[in-house]
Amino acid sequence: MTAITFYFFAAVLVISALLVITVRNPVHAALFLVLAFFSSAAVWLLLQAEFLAIALVLVYVGAVMVLFLFVIMMLDVNLAPLREGFARYLPLGLTVAALLVVTMAIVIRSGGINATAPAQDTVAGSNTQLLGQALFTDFLYPFEVAGAVLLVAIIAAIALTLRRRSRQLRTPAPGLQVAVRREDRVRIVKMDAEK
Amino acid sequence: MNALLIELPLAWPELALLLLGSVLLVVDTMVPGESRRATCLLAQVALVIVTVLVVAGAPAETNLAFSGHFVSDPMAAALKVAILLVSVMAFSYAADYFDEHGFFRGEFYILGLFAVLGMMVLISAHSLLTVYLGLELLSLSLYSMVALHRDSPSASEAAMKYFVLGALASGMLLYGMSMLYGMTGTLELSALSRAVADLGGNNIVLVFGLVFIVVGTAFKLGLVPFHMWVPDVYEGSPTAVTLFVSSAPKIAAFAMAMRLLVDGLWPMFPAWEGMLIVLSVLSMAAGNVIAISQSNIKRMLAYSTIAHVGFLVLGILSGTATGYAGAMFYAIVYAFMSLGSFGMVMLLSRRQWEHDRLDDFQGLARRSPWFALMMLILMFSMAGVPPFAGFWAKWFVIKEVIAAGHAWLAAVAVVFSVVGAYYYLRIIKLMYFDEPVAMAAPRAAPGVRILLSANALALFVVGVLPGALMALCIRAVGM
Repeated sequence: MTAITFYFFAAVLVISALLVITVRNPVHAALFLVLAFFSSAAVWLLLQAEFLAIALVLVYVGAVMVLFLFVIMMLDVNLAPLREGFARYLPLGLTVAALLVVTMAIVIRSGGINATAPAQDTVAGSNTQLLGQALFTDFLYPFEVAGAVLLVAIIAAIALTLRRRSRQLRTPAPGLQVAVRREDRVRIVKMDAEK
Repeated sequence: MNALLIELPLAWPELALLLLGSVLLVVDTMVPGESRRATCLLAQVALVIVTVLVVAGAPAETNLAFSGHFVSDPMAAALKVAILLVSVMAFSYAADYFDEHGFFRGEFYILGLFAVLGMMVLISAHSLLTVYLGLELLSLSLYSMVALHRDSPSASEAAMKYFVLGALASGMLLYGMSMLYGMTGTLELSALSRAVADLGGNNIVLVFGLVFIVVGTAFKLGLVPFHMWVPDVYEGSPTAVTLFVSSAPKIAAFAMAMRLLVDGLWPMFPAWEGMLIVLSVLSMAAGNVIAISQSNIKRMLAYSTIAHVGFLVLGILSGTATGYAGAMFYAIVYAFMSLGSFGMVMLLSRRQWEHDRLDDFQGLARRSPWFALMMLILMFSMAGVPPFAGFWAKWFVIKEVIAAGHAWLAAVAVVFSVVGAYYYLRIIKLMYFDEPVAMAAPRAAPGVRILLSANALALFVVGVLPGALMALCIRAVGM
């Protein structure tokens, strides 16, 4: 039963990943990517990595891909120029890919991979709890470095996109707006009544 | 908890740098536009503080910390000091360049500090995970430093190429690591080494993983055939960024190769020795030959980097402690040579004008005899002419290669060094025997002039007295 489930989700994963790079419409590609994330989350669930599976769905499907779709729709990317080189580079790409696949197949067929499945941990406590403990004890140092990597990503993203347009941009001054009096805005004009 | 308190002091330099970098990030936003040098100065002060911490805490033996993810040993301390010194100098050159070109970004120094942090993490890495994280921290900072000059199309193009190829290389490296982890079940390098020895160095899956690890490392070092990014990135980036990218990260890439191949995969030495021989010969051949036909000095120096790195790898593949010391000597000397050479290119540059063609060196001896002499020292050192430091770097490495029984490899290395000498000597010919086209003397702030002169003269001093630095390298590698 587990095997059938695994093969089902694995097949969906591979097919949707292929479709991501072959469909014409970028919105469809993004949606297939969502499907790919979803099926890999299912594969992780089969491996009893519940926390990772949930995090994948929440973070990637829930946040990153929604943002991604949003950007695709906002930018309205013109795909024609992107596809120009496709036919030209296809033979070279296929050759390299075929070469890699053949060498990998030789390695796998040589019977070198006889990895046994990792022992099932029968420890008490949830997956999430164990993961948290490992992150903040054994993996504290890599965890902190990963934090620094994310900080650099933020700095770089802001430094590369933020442009200070001090002169062109006209922003209202909230202080002046609040301090405004009735006399500054409304002028009462006394007029004689119409005869 | 107690273990953590004992281990924490080993990582003081890294912690201090992270803290200072973050503080500077906030301070930079408050620095008014007029005092633009403030961020640079503060960043340099931060680097000096960290250098003092590294020197004060330099260990005499190997200490593991943080569950084996971190190692503090003499090699790490020596390489960190070298990287910090190189970075302080690179920042000084960069500040002058940015002043002249009217292009100032405080983020350059902050990203630079984080790049240095990444290099330090990489040097002290003792697990596959920290090697990867250190590398990413370094690479991400470098990509964005290259892209920082947003109005320049060439810089954007260079950053894009660097980023895409770098991401591909990181993917390769990770794939190789996952293979090794799958077979051995450990990330920690010494445990990995033991597990690999148990499985046997000829295990096909391990060799499979090793191939990807070597490819990833070769990309970061810029070895042929994974060198495509080097010339484009060097040429496209502002010279100040090229200067940084070409100097300190090479030392870090050397450390990465040492950690992964020597510390982690030593039982597979026969397998990676063969791979490195191929990469090294190809790099020396392609680098030196292609450099001859370049008319842009940044591009020429990029190909010369490829050739130098090919030479440096010879020291690693000799597989002895003295060989590693030779390669380490080479890496450090190369970083300073590269710093000086790109410093000279910056010295010639003018506002809105890079002056990075070979012709711009024509008749420099008339315009500025002193800096022509400095460039002469740098170029002789790069070419490996005695008595300059570059000669000893090549000498130590070749000696070890012969001792390791690869006399033919040493012969190939010497032949390509002679080929390479041509394009270094051509610059000297341009400076001393050709008529100047423009008579303008190079301009630079007095501080930078002194620093650049000191940089070049240091190569001469190390060339006359190579013993001290070499003794330091041997002690650092000490096996």
